[in-house]
Amino acid sequence: MHIVVCIKQVPDSAQIRVHPVTNTIMRQGVPTIINPYDLFAVEEALRLRDQHGGTVTILTMGPPMAEESLRKALTFGADRAVLLTDRFFAGSDTLATSYALASAIARIGETFEPVDIVFTGKQTIDGDTAQVGPGIAKRLGLAQLTYVSRVAAVDLVGRAIEVDRRAEGGVQALRTRLPCLITMLEGTNDIRRGSLPDALRAARAEIVVWSAKDAGIADVGKCGLRGSPTVVKRVFAPSPRAEKAAMVEAGGPEAADALIEAIFAQRPRLEADLATLVRGY
Amino acid sequence: MAEPAKPAAPASGRANTKKELPERFRNHKHVWVFVEQERGQVHPVSWELMGEGRKLADKLGVELAGVVIGAPGEATLAAAREAACYGADLAYTVTHDILADYRNEPYSKALTDLVETFQPEILLLGATTLGRDLAGAVATTLLTGLTADCTALDVDADGSLAATRPTFGGSLLCTIYTLNFRPQMATVRPRVMAMPERVERPLGRLVEHPLSMAEEDVVTKVLRYIPDRDSAKSNLAYADVVVAGGLGLGSPENFQLITQLASVLGAEYGCSRPLVQKGWQPAERQIGQTGKTIRPKLYIAAGISGAIQHRVGVEGADLVVAINTDKNAPIFDFAHIGIVTDALHLLPRLTEAFRRRLSPHIRDRIAS
Repeated sequence: MHIVVCIKQVPDSAQIRVHPVTNTIMRQGVPTIINPYDLFAVEEALRLRDQHGGTVTILTMGPPMAEESLRKALTFGADRAVLLTDRFFAGSDTLATSYALASAIARIGETFEPVDIVFTGKQTIDGDTAQVGPGIAKRLGLAQLTYVSRVAAVDLVGRAIEVDRRAEGGVQALRTRLPCLITMLEGTNDIRRGSLPDALRAARAEIVVWSAKDAGIADVGKCGLRGSPTVVKRVFAPSPRAEKAAMVEAGGPEAADALIEAIFAQRPRLEADLATLVRGY
Repeated sequence: MAEPAKPAAPASGRANTKKELPERFRNHKHVWVFVEQERGQVHPVSWELMGEGRKLADKLGVELAGVVIGAPGEATLAAAREAACYGADLAYTVTHDILADYRNEPYSKALTDLVETFQPEILLLGATTLGRDLAGAVATTLLTGLTADCTALDVDADGSLAATRPTFGGSLLCTIYTLNFRPQMATVRPRVMAMPERVERPLGRLVEHPLSMAEEDVVTKVLRYIPDRDSAKSNLAYADVVVAGGLGLGSPENFQLITQLASVLGAEYGCSRPLVQKGWQPAERQIGQTGKTIRPKLYIAAGISGAIQHRVGVEGADLVVAINTDKNAPIFDFAHIGIVTDALHLLPRLTEAFRRRLSPHIRDRIAS
């Protein structure tokens, strides 16, 4: 079985700076980590490999320094790492990102071995869109399984997979064909501690580095800013509310009563509402 | 790689400038809201979006349509009729037995077909597990822009959709446009927009559209659906009173000060993102951009600094009360009432004071 896991290196910090002209993130100097949601995807992929045999390839798109995250993923026991990096990718929105990653996954399948499952995290902590996973699935024509809480069974001979998928009001148990794309829900497993041999192997491992051309991308116009239908026009901090918060100055034992008085003074109907609530509670 | 026809790339260099809308998109008109229903229940976020869609349609001088996809029968039709009561001028329906349960393939085909046939300029969906699954697939098929988790929607002077959302982990806001592609797609999380008033109104027009797909064409099968037990669901998003705690509580044990106050107030309780990341509270209790958005009458935040990603989750509250030791905490920028003190000391006293104040009503309850 060959599993590809897409991960993203994200800033691990609230120190965010924005380029004043291009309105894109300036990543220099901000510490980075593997997107925490992606760790559940990595772990699930490793578990499936341990059960069924095969290989796990980690894929990321990003600047050359994203190699660090790939090495980290190798320390958990992944077999291979591919870094997709090219100036043409700069400024990609989710549509352009899914195009580049889908192209690279297709090329990974051709170069190494056919891909059975593609994993991604539920979403990233910097973009929070949850759009790249579905985008990859659609472009590669893979069955799309989002918000998966459990991989119940994989049948490599029958080319089928069963999963539990979180829906709004319950859980859907789904059966579909391989290959498929899974976005893994958080909290569904515990990322393993890497072994010492894996750490040593990760430090020495050769990372596969691909440009857009290496990944089989013929039309770089579909990548980066040019390939992105969305345009960020303005980045801004929200303004404080016009009126300042009314500060309750009382301290010590009077503070609680003073706060309650202030609440009911601002919203006189609230006391009646609370009374209704506690009666029904 | 299966891929639909490629759109013309912007003529040169940066996409960052307004271009003439390509000819093939000039006929795209009207605002659509996807009416999400699962197992006969319309998700309230659809009506919240209908309220926003109405405002956008009025500004543009176009029609507002609800889009309902589901099994043939009364539930789907009822959802289409109900759309009118929240502001829709017309409704599109696609009904088919294979649409009884949500599955990505038939739903994204149904919605993509509708868009290609009737060509809306704006398409809004709820940022639920269903809406995000569907929106991501449809936008990729149509090769158009999709902006997730918007907190404000507007149309600018030339009629483009201005979609504002938190960005960079919720530390800033950004306004995003889809200038040269149609439809302009956006998702909005439940409770971010106010629920419009329901007004009994007949549906202007119902347009039924076929789906040329059979069960054999759908590779994904639903084996079972296990509904959540009611006890497993928290009513946080729809609660009238919410009490929440943050890192200022200092330890997971101190979170009981939050649940005790919530209990006295008949309130739901929640927490800020760091508490979920530390494993002190489960993800479904998280309030903020990546958690629940709330619109209570009273919100009490204890030991929460008030990062933007938290702020966007609570801005719909009628009254925000902040308790924090740091007088410069950003939460005081958007709270209505603040007190600079240690929540660990104040919370037990506040619980006791509310208990005294509300005790006549509690006795009523016990007596009745």
